[in-house]
Amino acid sequence: MYLWIWRHLPGTTALRVLQTLLLVAAVSALLLFVIFPWIEPKLPPNPLTGPGTVAQ
Amino acid sequence: MTHTETHAAPEDGAGKTDAASEVAARPIRSRGDVIRTVVRGVGQTLITAGLVVLLFVVYEVWVSNIYAHQRQDKVHKQYVQAVQRGQDPLHGEDRLNLPPGKQVIIPAGQGFANLYIPRFGKDYAWTIVQGVADADLERGPGHYTSTAVPGQIGNFSVAGHRVGKGEPFLNLDQLQPGDPIVVQTATNWYIYRVLGDAAQFQAASKIGDPKRRSDAEAAALAAPDKQGVVGREIVSPSSVGVIAPVPNANTQTPTRALMTMTTCHPKYTANQRMIVHAALARAVAVSGQSTPRELPGGTL
Repeated sequence: MYLWIWRHLPGTTALRVLQTLLLVAAVSALLLFVIFPWIEPKLPPNPLTGPGTVAQ
Repeated sequence: MTHTETHAAPEDGAGKTDAASEVAARPIRSRGDVIRTVVRGVGQTLITAGLVVLLFVVYEVWVSNIYAHQRQDKVHKQYVQAVQRGQDPLHGEDRLNLPPGKQVIIPAGQGFANLYIPRFGKDYAWTIVQGVADADLERGPGHYTSTAVPGQIGNFSVAGHRVGKGEPFLNLDQLQPGDPIVVQTATNWYIYRVLGDAAQFQAASKIGDPKRRSDAEAAALAAPDKQGVVGREIVSPSSVGVIAPVPNANTQTPTRALMTMTTCHPKYTANQRMIVHAALARAVAVSGQSTPRELPGGTL
């Protein structure tokens, strides 16, 4: 997968490295600011928290 | 990976022109190539999954703070505006000494008091919200609804996250016996002081060896007062007795106003709870912008 992406990035090696960094940043931002906040409340509850326990 | 490079080499040589010709120039794949591609794909997927999980840790301990602080700002503004309009969520009933559980019903997630802890710096200020559900604690320290309200006889109990989600109680382990915990309602300042043996703690803090000092300080904080309430204790998550009107003595009738703060322990885990108990030292009526002497620098 990564090799496929690398092969399809246009430009010189330096440009490709730059684009790679931008892609990593974009995916990280999507995960941190959209997907994780959305998915976190849907995760199974920690048995060490919740009703019958001292709240964290 | 070595194979990858040799495999890719002829393509790089074949065309620096465009992606299409590179794909077209790809040699016919042998069965071994296919297997290698599949194995590599599985490996890369697993590595990617690992990185995503690591990134989730970054979210939990760092990014979640950004969202929690935004929510806390909103809660704080709404509370300040309500007080300015004369709509104290506590309706002054914190002065009526109603029995625990008989206080006013504050909607979950709503702010009703401010918390200041001078030990954590002049900028340490949180609006305490009603309730300890996940959604409440993501807004700020949360009040156990069945416990007393500030200043009331009983045990005003507050939970807060240790790491992430605003981490209001990150440094709860740094509190010392006698440290003021200042709670401001619309009508009163309540100054609670952390229990435990202050003289013993002072002696303990002079020990050179860090491990022995930490143990001795913990022992000083764990020294019970005359009613058997300690300054700090580490308990299991199921030890709900720590927020009883008389901590760890559920059948006893409370005779004084206590405050209890609970948070996760050790840091980054939910395996145990760190509990800090404090007792009301004095109450002062709120008057204008003046602050009690326990907050010498005022508040931000």
